[in-house]
Amino acid sequence: MEFSVNHPILFLIVGIIISAVLAQSVYFLIKSVRRAREIKMDKKLVKKTIITAAIFTIAPAVAIVITVAALSQSLGIALPWLRLSVVGSLSYEAIAAANAASGMGTTLAELAGSITASQYVTIAIVMTVSIMVGIWLVPVLAKRYQKGLVNFENKDKKWSDILQNSLFIGMISAFVGYVFCDVSRLWLSEEGKFAVEVKDQMSGAAETVYYTSTSGLVPVFVMLISAALMCVCGLLMKKLNWKWLNDYALPICMVIGMASAIPLTNLLGGIVA
Amino acid sequence: MKNKKQLSYMDTVHRDGTVWNLILMVILLMFPVVVGVIFQAVPDWEGVGKGLLATAPMYWAVGVVEVITFIPMLGAGGSYLSFVTGNISNLKLPCAINALENAKVDAKSEEGEIISTIAIAVSSIVTTIIIILGVILIVPLTPIFESDLLKPAFDQILPALFGALGVALISKNWKIAVAPVILMLVLFIFVPAFNSSTVGIMVPVGVVFTIAFSRFLYKKGII
Repeated sequence: MEFSVNHPILFLIVGIIISAVLAQSVYFLIKSVRRAREIKMDKKLVKKTIITAAIFTIAPAVAIVITVAALSQSLGIALPWLRLSVVGSLSYEAIAAANAASGMGTTLAELAGSITASQYVTIAIVMTVSIMVGIWLVPVLAKRYQKGLVNFENKDKKWSDILQNSLFIGMISAFVGYVFCDVSRLWLSEEGKFAVEVKDQMSGAAETVYYTSTSGLVPVFVMLISAALMCVCGLLMKKLNWKWLNDYALPICMVIGMASAIPLTNLLGGIVA
Repeated sequence: MKNKKQLSYMDTVHRDGTVWNLILMVILLMFPVVVGVIFQAVPDWEGVGKGLLATAPMYWAVGVVEVITFIPMLGAGGSYLSFVTGNISNLKLPCAINALENAKVDAKSEEGEIISTIAIAVSSIVTTIIIILGVILIVPLTPIFESDLLKPAFDQILPALFGALGVALISKNWKIAVAPVILMLVLFIFVPAFNSSTVGIMVPVGVVFTIAFSRFLYKKGII
């Protein structure tokens, strides 16, 4: 059989694998909804959780589709579709694929349009194996780990609650810091331009891209707008008793925050031509 | 030995999660094998070795740290699902946190376990369906996604997400949030090594620092 990165049989195999991944999510959804019924949790709460999670997911999921499109240039659509439907991300998949190509003495750009089945299989092995830790480590650790946490909670309930909040705050603080990571362009730029060395994962070639000195403020303002909107939603819920807003506040604030990036980028600038 | 009726709900979550994850791991590993058999292609073993050596050690180390960091936040069912479907810190975990906040349930309770599992399962299903639609419509959609008009919006998805989610959580826990937020701001603003590609590594650092700081405040009777 002659190989092609978009051969129908690749889509068939990937479709079967993704069906299995989907089946696990459906299985756990049914299992947890049944359990909610058994312990007489509020049906409306379960329904609201389902609807809110679905709405919340739309924008980030669309962003993942964009990454499939980006990777499809050299690897076809089937493999990026598989890899980005399971654990992975654009940066990881691009690095893993580029390293595999480099290991074969070539680059992804050189492989585009002329990749052989052997090269494709080699790249697929590296992409699959290099990130396969959580999938087996969770079964090994989770039960004992959670048992330990429960014992810990029984000893000191107050500290256990603080610990849980600390986990969430610790994660959020890292992302708050990340939002500010390009602010230093304000004082590190020369003649209003900040040079960034960008390595093309496809070709391995490095090129210099210039950003405006104020470009690092775009994510900061997007975050502030999104946060301010969340505060407004909180006030509306409190003062006008708009309880329905509680379920939709996060996706609404997120989408408006994302939309605000369009005028903000025009105003503060991005890449300088 | 416990019989089936004696297993608690949590026991069954761990049992089923283990079976599912190990089966899916084998299925995922079978992809390159099946493709190789169908197209009668043998991998370039030197390329595999060099590629793995350049990629796996770092991502395996990060994977171990992520498992330890995220399990208490995701819950049992959520962990089994999230470490198969991925996009944890940018999608599954915020989705679970939002669901727990809206439901006003304790993340460590059985209700919390159920709510976070439902949120993560729904999020995984919706993501998979949207990617399938995206793959089907990739040709007409690509110019829209890559348009200069929409690109800035999709580039800023994380600031928009963590602005809204962060203000809700930080305002409720501001005493424990002050020091880690200041630390991360200083590191990301003034140390060039900390940038968008290191945020994943900084999550466990932020978590460990926040726990240590909270413990200090707790011992001092401030919280």
